[in-house]
Amino acid sequence: MATVIELPIETYKGPVDPDWCPGCGDFGVLRSVQQAAGKCGVHPKDLVVVSGIGCSSNLPGFIHAYGIHSLHGRSVPVATGAHLANTDLKVVITGGDGDGYGIGVGHLIHAMRRNLDVTYVVMDNQIYGLTTGQASPTTAKGMKTKSTPAGNFESPLNPLVLAITSGATYVARGFSGEQKQLGDLIAGGIAHKGFALIDVFSPCVTYNKVNTYPYFKERVYKLEDEGYDPTDFYKAIEKAYEWGDRIPLGVVYKTEQETYEDNEPVLKKGPLVKQKLGLPKNVHQELIDEMI
Amino acid sequence: MQEVTIGIAGAAGDGLDKSGDTLAKTCGRLGLHVYAYNSYQSIIRGGHIWLRVRIGDKKVLNHGDNLNAVICLNQDSLERHAPEVNEGGVIIFNADKLKLDPTLVPKGVQSLGLPMKEICKEVEAEHGALQPIMQNTVAVGAILALSKLGLEEASSVMADTFAHKGEKVINLNVSLLKVGYEYALKNAKEFTKEWTFSKKRRPFLTGNEAIAFGAAAAGCKFYSAYPMTPASTILHWMANHATKVDICVKQCEDELSVINMAIGAGIGGVRSMCGTAGGGFALMTEAIGMAGIMEVPVVCVEVQRGGPSTGLPTKTEQGDLFQVYGASQGEFPKLIVAPRDIADCYDTTVNVFNLAEKYQLPVVLITDLLLSEHPETVDPEAFYSDVKINRGELVTEWNPEKQGKFKRFKFTDSGISPRVYPGTEHCNYVSATDDHDEESILISDMFTSPPIRRKISEKRFRKMENLLKELPAPKLEGPADADVTLVCWGSTSGVVAEAAELLTAQGVKTNFLVIKWIVPFHAKEVQELLAKAKKKISVEVNYTSQMARYIKMETGVSMDGHVNRYDGEPLEPKEVAGRVQDILKGKKIDLDVSEDDAKEMAYHYLRTHYAEKLRPVRAVRESANGQGEPVWNIELAERVTGKRGGKMKIGVHTGATYHFEKEPVESK
Ligand SMILES: Cc1ncc(C[n+]2csc(CCOP(=O)(O)OP(=O)(O)O)c2C)c(N)n1
Ligand code: SF4
Ligand SMILES: [Mg+2]
Repeated sequence: MATVIELPIETYKGPVDPDWCPGCGDFGVLRSVQQAAGKCGVHPKDLVVVSGIGCSSNLPGFIHAYGIHSLHGRSVPVATGAHLANTDLKVVITGGDGDGYGIGVGHLIHAMRRNLDVTYVVMDNQIYGLTTGQASPTTAKGMKTKSTPAGNFESPLNPLVLAITSGATYVARGFSGEQKQLGDLIAGGIAHKGFALIDVFSPCVTYNKVNTYPYFKERVYKLEDEGYDPTDFYKAIEKAYEWGDRIPLGVVYKTEQETYEDNEPVLKKGPLVKQKLGLPKNVHQELIDEMI
Repeated sequence: MQEVTIGIAGAAGDGLDKSGDTLAKTCGRLGLHVYAYNSYQSIIRGGHIWLRVRIGDKKVLNHGDNLNAVICLNQDSLERHAPEVNEGGVIIFNADKLKLDPTLVPKGVQSLGLPMKEICKEVEAEHGALQPIMQNTVAVGAILALSKLGLEEASSVMADTFAHKGEKVINLNVSLLKVGYEYALKNAKEFTKEWTFSKKRRPFLTGNEAIAFGAAAAGCKFYSAYPMTPASTILHWMANHATKVDICVKQCEDELSVINMAIGAGIGGVRSMCGTAGGGFALMTEAIGMAGIMEVPVVCVEVQRGGPSTGLPTKTEQGDLFQVYGASQGEFPKLIVAPRDIADCYDTTVNVFNLAEKYQLPVVLITDLLLSEHPETVDPEAFYSDVKINRGELVTEWNPEKQGKFKRFKFTDSGISPRVYPGTEHCNYVSATDDHDEESILISDMFTSPPIRRKISEKRFRKMENLLKELPAPKLEGPADADVTLVCWGSTSGVVAEAAELLTAQGVKTNFLVIKWIVPFHAKEVQELLAKAKKKISVEVNYTSQMARYIKMETGVSMDGHVNRYDGEPLEPKEVAGRVQDILKGKKIDLDVSEDDAKEMAYHYLRTHYAEKLRPVRAVRESANGQGEPVWNIELAERVTGKRGGKMKIGVHTGATYHFEKEPVESK
């Protein structure tokens, strides 16, 4: 393995400053993504940050990298295409809970089962921030939002369980109030070969008055402090269900598996973008001959 | 000039396509031209399949409206198609299993029942019991004999087709051909004259294969799709040839993923394409706009089938023009093109990859089921290998000291800005769906700027002005001083070309206009051209004459009449000529249920309700009799015994079924 030359966080300072509400959890996530890219030594020319639509999905505009700020819910397929086109790139997907677990959840499940070699950071604020505070797929039962004035009566989705059972090979949870750990978790995801999902508590200080910084500060603990072994599939599922007074942060599940890219035969000849275009004369003729 | 049309009819799963292939490839190797059309249904087994193979010593442009010979593989096919055979032709069937009612045989048509068991005895002795599907090969042998195509070339086709299965299987198939060939020579008369074989070998392929081949030749590196008829055969070609042509082929979870992946690959720097039918395209529309605002090159193939909704999955139609035209919210440049035939599918695909990259926009290549799935022999020269690849203004290196700041959406006269792909130093930018300034910084929210918005919109649309200049304007084909100008698009052009000749021969001088480049549109040229035309008639496989409406919108020119077909089947030349003659005479189109329609409708109900135990015999038109409209009174017979089976009444105007009873029916 090539030695990693770490880069300072300033390397990734974006062209404009974020316009998130003061105190928004996403500031911390942005910093952690920058930290992680630096820690992994990813040159900004080789870093592609892909998002959908939402407050959180504005992140690619605030980081010095290549960015794709795509459609609501479509970051995963766009990122898949970009990565398959050029596997030399490091692709980090960033977005919200609505974007990833709501409108885009179909793509997410399939990307995980394919074990695509990308990293996905979900800024999970359990609310639709950009559209001013409606319920999201991770909004707690009973919570009042603009679209659930009498209290949400749907059960929230558990992203960690979904990820582990769908085939993601690196599943972690972070908190934007624990920035150092979050940076390490994202760096772990980038370094990991395969699909990494990092669900991050990233409080929306404007529209979610329940799942706040103090709410999480009181409850979270770090798995690494307890000597937790993330390689056991069934223990991981059990851990992923832990919620309430104690909520785990850290790598919940990790395994080494073949990636989609490992098995795509055409990529054996190198990244698509570096391959020659068009057909050699003899192949062209063979294609005609097989139709005669 | 000689041409013949051979029909092969049976149930899905009878292996009809294989027989058609053998016949067509044989002709393709002999130097003859072939156009085949298969009106199959979306059922894996069962259902009625009707494959027509039109063969000519000159190029044939459609499946035509003749039938010189037919191979019927089941009773239903025999009943339906035997009466359609032209004088001098022949009906071929398995006499061991099927019975041909002599009243169904038209005057001057030969009936050739093949005693399969008997004539295959020796082959069976050598190779063991034959599978039912092998009777097809015997029948093909008979056709080869009676249409003077010889055995030699067909045997070489068999040898290539079964090369992977070994000598024994090849021998078996060649023997079967021979058995049919010899029996036919002894027991029937040939129905063609001697051919002159040029021996020019021509590939036999579908529009979808030509598109896939064209994409590979143009350097496409990524193809994504979700299975949907009639676009799936592009996916199949790609999957089968992926490692040969080095294309990464991705079957996705849905069409949203399909197009978004293709766009992602486009941003990543490779030539990418995706394909779908109308329903899948409906799911893709939001992303078409994304490619528009991000200025990403991507090619999307939209194959039309009968709509709306799931509609007629395996039938043809040209009903999606406005869907592709209106695809996605807002205004942005996109290119819409409709290739007209199989050779054009290749050429168009090759070209649009260059245009997509040069103008940095989404391309919708719109075809239809007929074009995408019918196979045809095409001159091999159409598949040229010296493909010019032009990647447009693609930046591969940037020196900020010398060149200043890289601006991905730089405002330029041409409207084209420098493109770059990730991995290039000093060129970082964001591809955003929010509108943005030259440097890709959003102007949608925190920073808004009406003048920048105006200027970037103008920049994007300037690309369209320049693109239009590069595209060839449509031209009239046929006599310049025509009385009638037919207007069409896509696969309908093949029928229209022949109908125009037919009309001219009938004394109505006719030329025609094929619209290929739809967006951007040569409004000025088309306006001038149509303004001079005496009578303008649109010919489309849809209900609402979408191209005629589009032309009116773009040019203000209205058609004098419309020919439409919207029953799932393609138009035929005589049909078009007849309808044009009617329009010229001011005759209103007759939408009543014809006698043939009535029988066809009866077949439908008999199949669905009585498992085909009955068949329609005769239809007699009767007055209203309390039904509120005249009816076709259809007499039904038991299929096996021919005994009376009941009756059915179908409304002449509405097509409603009023009576449907099985025997006993009291005699009058
Ligand atoms: C197709 C589509 N539907 C709806 C929207 C409106 N919309 C924009 S962002 C958003 C929800 C964002 O929620 P989340 O992903 O959790 O991001 P957050 O703002 O909370 O960070 C919605 C519904 C859209 N842009 N596109
Ligand atoms: S609305 Fe909520 S999620 Fe959006 S920027 Fe403000 S605090 Fe952050
Ligand atoms: Mg959210």
